[in-house]
Amino acid sequence: MKPFAYVSAPDVATAVRVIAAEPNAKFIGGGTNLVDLMREDIEQPDTVVDITRLPLTEIEELPGGGVRVGALVRNSHLAAHRLIRTRYPVLSQAILAGASAQLRNMATVGGNLLQRTRCPYFYDGAAACNKRVPGSGCDAIGGFNRNHAVLGVSDDCIATHPSDMCVALAALDATVEVQSVRGLRRVPLADFYRLPGGTPHLETALEPDELITAVEVPELTAPSSYRKVRDRASYAFALVSVAAALEVTDGVVTDVRLALGGVAAKPWRARQAEAVLLGAPATDESFRRAAEAELEPAVGRPDNTFKIELAQRTIVATLRRLSDRSLGVGRMA
Amino acid sequence: MTTTETQSPPRERAVGQGIDRVDGPEKTTGKARFAAEFPYPDLAYAALVHATVARGRITGIDAKAAEAVTGVLSVITHLNAPVLKPAPARSMLDLSTMVSATSVNYLNTDEVHWDGQPVAVVVAESLEAARRGAALVEVTYQEFPAAVDFAAEEANAKPQKNSLLGAGSAKKGDAEAALAAAPVSVDLRFTTPPHNHNAIEPHATTAIWDGDRLTVHEGSQAIAWMRKHLALRFGIPERNVRMTSPYVGGGFGGKGLIWPGTILTALAARATGRPVRMMLTREGVYRTVGGRTPSIQRVALGAGQDGRLTALIHTSVTRSGKVGGGPEQVTGAAGHLYDAENILLQQNLVEMDLIPNTFMRAPGEAIGTFALEAAVDELAGELGVDPIELRMRNEPARNPLDGKRFAHRMLREAYALGAERFGWAERTPEPGSMRDGRWLVGMGVATAYHPSVQFTANVTARLSADGTVVVRCGFQEMGMGGATAQAQIAADELGVPYEAVRVEYGDTDLPTGPMAGGSAQTASIAASLLAACAKLKGEVLGLARRSGDSPLRGQRLAGVEARDGGLYRLDRPDSGESYEAILSRAGRPYVEAAIGAESGLGAVAGQVRFMAKFLSDQRRWVKAACGAQFCEVRVDQDTGEVRVSRWLGVFDVGRVINAKTAASQLRGGIVMGIGMALSEETLVDPRNGRVMNPGLGDYHVPVHADIPPIDIHYLDEPDPTMPLGLLGIGEVSITGVAGAIASAVHHATGKRVRDLPITLDKLL
Ligand SMILES: Cc1cc2nc3c(=O)[nH]c(=O)nc-3n(C[C@H](O)[C@H](O)[C@H](O)COP(=O)(O)OP(=O)(O)OC[C@H]3O[C@@H](n4cnc5c(N)ncnc54)[C@H](O)[C@@H]3O)c2cc1C
Ligand code: SF4
Repeated sequence: MKPFAYVSAPDVATAVRVIAAEPNAKFIGGGTNLVDLMREDIEQPDTVVDITRLPLTEIEELPGGGVRVGALVRNSHLAAHRLIRTRYPVLSQAILAGASAQLRNMATVGGNLLQRTRCPYFYDGAAACNKRVPGSGCDAIGGFNRNHAVLGVSDDCIATHPSDMCVALAALDATVEVQSVRGLRRVPLADFYRLPGGTPHLETALEPDELITAVEVPELTAPSSYRKVRDRASYAFALVSVAAALEVTDGVVTDVRLALGGVAAKPWRARQAEAVLLGAPATDESFRRAAEAELEPAVGRPDNTFKIELAQRTIVATLRRLSDRSLGVGRMA
Repeated sequence: MTTTETQSPPRERAVGQGIDRVDGPEKTTGKARFAAEFPYPDLAYAALVHATVARGRITGIDAKAAEAVTGVLSVITHLNAPVLKPAPARSMLDLSTMVSATSVNYLNTDEVHWDGQPVAVVVAESLEAARRGAALVEVTYQEFPAAVDFAAEEANAKPQKNSLLGAGSAKKGDAEAALAAAPVSVDLRFTTPPHNHNAIEPHATTAIWDGDRLTVHEGSQAIAWMRKHLALRFGIPERNVRMTSPYVGGGFGGKGLIWPGTILTALAARATGRPVRMMLTREGVYRTVGGRTPSIQRVALGAGQDGRLTALIHTSVTRSGKVGGGPEQVTGAAGHLYDAENILLQQNLVEMDLIPNTFMRAPGEAIGTFALEAAVDELAGELGVDPIELRMRNEPARNPLDGKRFAHRMLREAYALGAERFGWAERTPEPGSMRDGRWLVGMGVATAYHPSVQFTANVTARLSADGTVVVRCGFQEMGMGGATAQAQIAADELGVPYEAVRVEYGDTDLPTGPMAGGSAQTASIAASLLAACAKLKGEVLGLARRSGDSPLRGQRLAGVEARDGGLYRLDRPDSGESYEAILSRAGRPYVEAAIGAESGLGAVAGQVRFMAKFLSDQRRWVKAACGAQFCEVRVDQDTGEVRVSRWLGVFDVGRVINAKTAASQLRGGIVMGIGMALSEETLVDPRNGRVMNPGLGDYHVPVHADIPPIDIHYLDEPDPTMPLGLLGIGEVSITGVAGAIASAVHHATGKRVRDLPITLDKLL
């Protein structure tokens, strides 16, 4: 790990001032991702600005029925909060499906949004990786890519965004609030992440000197849930995950939100599928058609082609469970 | 003089009880000192720089940036390293030579033989500075073509020759012809991936030189052999090296051979004149410690309509490194499990430019029993016969290959008990016929099998006048309960309370112990300990007999028993004497017995006796632990996720010394087998031979949520040919696990997965 200077920011104004003034500085939240990357010399900040003392740790109900979550709320706290468990079960479940209890106790909302890919070639300084060293090539495309993306990929990068929480936030139409010395702005989560294209090292709409201060989630009335499929029962990143909210009235889909994890460089909002579903009968056939529509443009590689079928099956299974529930059909194991 | 007045209540024997491990409190309270925790003033820290090519020559090393890091003391490379003698060639005449993991003369050569080989060591005042320095060393290479793609190398595999250490092939009748003629047959290809070691304690070494004397603290499974190896490499007498290994945070075979970290720590200490500690990172373990070979296997079985096997063929291809490693007994179990008329076994080996393979819990058998047992299940399916029934129809009375006798074999009893306890009768045979909500349920069985061997062990036992006993033997304790088990044995043999026995181990200053491998440690030491205890009793009795007023006067050893802290006549149980009385009267603070010579002719004679017994045992008997594995799996009908929901293992491991540690060992093997079956796989990039998942985040060992309650039973019948009747238990329980799971997955889904691990994509 490269030696670095450490600054603890007492308030938001100081935090954004320091980050703007220091070249090559980074915020640190829980440090569960940044410190790992620094150990591997993938991130080499000269200054680390500790933001864990900032007063951004509240979870508040918004007048319109939504919720505002401070950027430094710990993942475990968010998942356990009554408002979240009762109104946004999909978000609570997504967080609890991720990492381990110890990591969730440290991890912050802002850090979770900005965690970086788990592509093994990104982590290995001996490998070629356009994300780590722009223009160096992509060893994953011809190498091990079981965990890689099938949607929104480019010839330069096929990495995924590994977060579970963010998949739920994508389904929930969340907005990210960011602040810098230039002021405050709001970015819809849908516009927050970038697809790799020819510049996989540019991952978000955030400027290097911007601080995430909060995430806002609008009201949700439909029943929701999160389903994560992985290589062992716990403590593994998603091969595919599905965040869904579904309202069925008289057998017809009247509201639906669907997002996928583990399939793209960003939490993937499944707009195509939603368009097929809205107004359609809540049946396995509709769910399957919707899933197929969403995965239609998917591109598989030798190791990860299975994700295309797996994603469709997981979408159908998740929607089926939600619709069974809204029809009052007995809960399954 | 003492005699017991009343009939004593029936004595509780220590052997067989589930006694807590003696090392438990030290570990749970943090007092236990592991290899990386020995404090030394002036301690320096070392970190490795790993090669990033599989085969090549170093053309340049730029250490300037590393040397400039504050705290860095030295960057040691092949350009400035002290001279190391080459590793000795392996020879059966000197078992210590087996400990060479590779033939590479680290930092004494510019050659690179695998991706990950250490090419420099950075020594610094702090761990952080050492690791920072290591990251800054720039190495350039001239690369050579390298054989790193196992699948592509299959055709280059060569048949393995038979040797003293293991059979490469075996043949009875004409199995190919019988297979072709068989009314019912299967002919299947299986593959298993490489696996890496992931003991909770990454390898660590602390090395201190004092002139020409070297002390090494190491988490080791073979301190005596490693000591000798280090002496050879550094050109000093063996007696000048001391290795201690009081605690080992898991071994599983990964700490059985001497890997570069150990040697380079001693080298760094010599080069810098400082005590040096090196703790491998988890990645460092992946890059510098070998693991389990991958395999390609063929199992072909032919049977009559009655299910009697007419042909059994098991062949394998595995790999070693060009600089070390070797064959594993992949087809070993196939020669002992089924009474086939015609048998053909053949192992093939290909040498590659990768880190050599090494022992990993049941090397060979663990993966071999996957293919064999899965194939037997497939044959049962073809025949429409219950898989347990098929096994029973082919259960041999004598060793199928050559008619040798089994020292002990209770597989029938294991299956019968297991079937009853597991509820096998409730299984409906049709695949896909059992469900629980969205889960497809399947049940599978497989046979577990692991040969039992014994090494030599030097042991001293001292019985003091106060009734306490000290057993000394330089064996290794990796957490399996070795010291506890030996204390139990000594307590019973000498008739003293278990608490009165102290066992000293893990230090080459003690009598030379066996290596902890081959599931042989407990039996090997027990054999010598029994002899030592007999000697002690003989000596004590001799002292008593010489005394005119001892009630033991004139008694022979056969006529007395050791109990209640003394010797008592068998014919007159109330007549006897305590050790205290005998020894104090004789003016002796203690008596001591030593088994095995440490040096000179005696030691050579010991080796010769060992080989003679080893060979004669091999000629006379087939000795093995075995068992029946039962499992239930659930497969998600939508996603193919597999969860093991129930496990029962019924084992025939001879006499069990400690019910608790034995069950833990057996359970642990099953856990490791579940990992092998469902999730573990080292990803070696076929383009360049680089391990791409060198850590616990990406190499998926099972987590708690993957492991169901595991029910363990053992038959507890002593093996008549082994000391105290005990068979090794360290490895048998991983065998068969993957076969049982593959069969259960088929039962649940109708799909046969013949390539491990059984990940969900293979079930979609
Ligand atoms: C072993 C392991 C397993 C894991 N498994 C999972 C999993 O299954 N699912 C999952 O979703 N996640 C998983 N994670 C990832 C975990 O969720 C993230 O590491 C965590 O959410 C990051 O939060 P943090 O506060 O620790 O971020 P940090 O490490 O502190 O920061 C991460 C990045 O965000 C930046 N940053 C942090 N806060 C702000 C802010 N307020 N404004 C601007 N920039 C900011 C930092 O500069 C840094 O670049 C796992 C992590 C580990 C180590
Ligand atoms: S997929 Fe992306 S992150 Fe992975 S190696 Fe290629 S460019 Fe790098």
